[in-house]
Amino acid sequence: MKQVLMGNHALSYGAKVSRAQVISAYPITPQTEVVELLSKMCASGELKAKFIKVESEHSAMAALIGASATGVRTFTATSSQGLAHMHEMLHWAAGARTPIVMGNVNRAFAPPWSVWTEQNDSLSQRDTGWMQLYAQNNQEVLDSVIQAYKVAETFDLPAMVILAAFVLSHTSETVEIPKQEKVDEFLPPYEREYKLDTDQPHAFGGLADPDNYFELRYKIQKAMEKAAVKWEEVGEEFEEIFGRKYGLVETYKVSDAKNLIVSSATIASTARNAVDALRSKGIKVGLLRIRVFRPFPAKQIRAILNSVDKAIVIDRNIGFGASGIFYQEVKAAMYNEKNTPPIFGVVTGLGGRDVSSKDIIEIYQSVIREEEPKSDIIWKGLKE
Amino acid sequence: MNLKIPKEEIMGHGNLACQGCGATLAMRHALKALGKDTIIVLPACCWTVIDGPFPHSLVDVPLFHTAFAAAASTASGVKAALEIQGKDTNVVAWTGDGATYDIGLGTLSGAAERNDDMIYVCYDNEAYMNTGIQRSSSTPIGAWTTTTPVESPKKSRKKDMISIMAAHRIPYIATASIAYPEDMIEKFKKARDIKGMRFLLVFCPCPTGWKYAPQLTVKLARLAVRSKIFPLLEIENGVKWKLTKDITRPIPVTDYLKLQGRFKHLNDEKLEEIQKIVDEDWDILLRKTEK
Repeated sequence: MKQVLMGNHALSYGAKVSRAQVISAYPITPQTEVVELLSKMCASGELKAKFIKVESEHSAMAALIGASATGVRTFTATSSQGLAHMHEMLHWAAGARTPIVMGNVNRAFAPPWSVWTEQNDSLSQRDTGWMQLYAQNNQEVLDSVIQAYKVAETFDLPAMVILAAFVLSHTSETVEIPKQEKVDEFLPPYEREYKLDTDQPHAFGGLADPDNYFELRYKIQKAMEKAAVKWEEVGEEFEEIFGRKYGLVETYKVSDAKNLIVSSATIASTARNAVDALRSKGIKVGLLRIRVFRPFPAKQIRAILNSVDKAIVIDRNIGFGASGIFYQEVKAAMYNEKNTPPIFGVVTGLGGRDVSSKDIIEIYQSVIREEEPKSDIIWKGLKE
Repeated sequence: MNLKIPKEEIMGHGNLACQGCGATLAMRHALKALGKDTIIVLPACCWTVIDGPFPHSLVDVPLFHTAFAAAASTASGVKAALEIQGKDTNVVAWTGDGATYDIGLGTLSGAAERNDDMIYVCYDNEAYMNTGIQRSSSTPIGAWTTTTPVESPKKSRKKDMISIMAAHRIPYIATASIAYPEDMIEKFKKARDIKGMRFLLVFCPCPTGWKYAPQLTVKLARLAVRSKIFPLLEIENGVKWKLTKDITRPIPVTDYLKLQGRFKHLNDEKLEEIQKIVDEDWDILLRKTEK
């Protein structure tokens, strides 16, 4: 069934068709509609889930960790300050191997207060052990929730589905809501092997000395590596059932591209128009959209960047004291490659400043003239 | 003497607690009352160590370690997951005073306001004992801790956790003492059979942190009750206060305080001040328990 949905409601429907069993959340702009709709769904019985209306995001995540460890499917959504407030429990979720799926609306951190989009909130959770997926439209938001459960529950790793504040969260688009029986076919109920169960009493998370701890962390990394393969498989399986294809990365007009724009989320979807406009002038440019950021698709990135002359990474985030964060990651992935092209890093659109197709065309044309990068950050869209 | 204490032991023998630890006795009695259909949620506290390192566990029930500020919230999630699976298992948040009075107070208040179905237990040893005897808001006035040295002992009163919980109007609140195990077990059984948020505050002397000889643990727990420092009571729905042990012939607080190194530095004037505080608190309590 096709419906006009805001990105936030796409998250709610994603949780609904995935049959989340325990939901726990705390309100924060611009996430509120996600939990408002889920509250209605639970109240009406349309979704058979327990909704714990907690007093903080730290508690929202703690409650889901407890629920997931007891063997049920869980969902929450947050943004920015809320995500930061959860930080301790994000590590706990990954360490406890609880496959929680969470929506995060990318919003800039305070101070000064901002409600507009930027990726620093989710990227500052990079090393928590959560998988991270940056969606480019509302259909992908909904579809990614379903896929995230499948990958997360295969490896008992938590997953974050991320969408841009307002650009997606409050923008209405036509979205196909998959039929329940098809989702059930794709996503079986969650079965947890070791859970809180009085028939099998175990202790979870007790003190691990240096003789034990190391291997448990190794296992999280190995699960991440396997998850990288699984995301691709799940994307193909999803296409067979629902007709929409997804992978770790998405490419657009790269087969004959001389140069490449690399970006994520909604800047990447806007960049598609920029690529079309540049191609209409005979410029052979392609687009690489990084969809899944953790596990990092280094293999896919290398395969594409090895065959271009230059690449420009556009970041709506900043690692203070260094550079754009996707830029750091792409450069690191390419460093040992023989044919590494010059890679340029652009930081733009912080705090939700608009990045239009025209802006991306200007970024491309001005940057691509350079032989090689003169600095780690090329600032674009700054006021004089 | 024929004590009415269940024989079954759900807590094992041999553990990592200090000699004379009051908190181990508390768990032993609590599990006897609650039985094996119980899941424990455990934030950072002495019991994090006592239960044993990975992959061991001292208790024969499922136990989930969680973060310091996350006992009640994690327990809420466990309970919700059990409910959606149609299970009626007891969920117990087993916490120290740091997690209850300080870092986890917000989440405890949240779970209490929602009346989430759990038994929240605070085994109160009146300081951050596991990290090395730092003061908490449960530490009594005048006490030495490693962050309230004798040159500047704790200046403020112990936080009145019971009244805070009563203000939430939860179905059941009780205090218990390891020196009165029958009373304690009765209260835990009563709590087990009530739905919603149940809060139990168990007084647990700590030889390491209070600086006394380990064999005095039970004696000190008893003296705290007899000196009116730790009243044994029950509160139903936040309004019906009842003393479960009336103290008709109280002993002076000094009988309790003088056995502990943490109060050794106090002069007569200070000891008198503490006696006055205890008497005042008892009068307030009696007014609440009046019919």
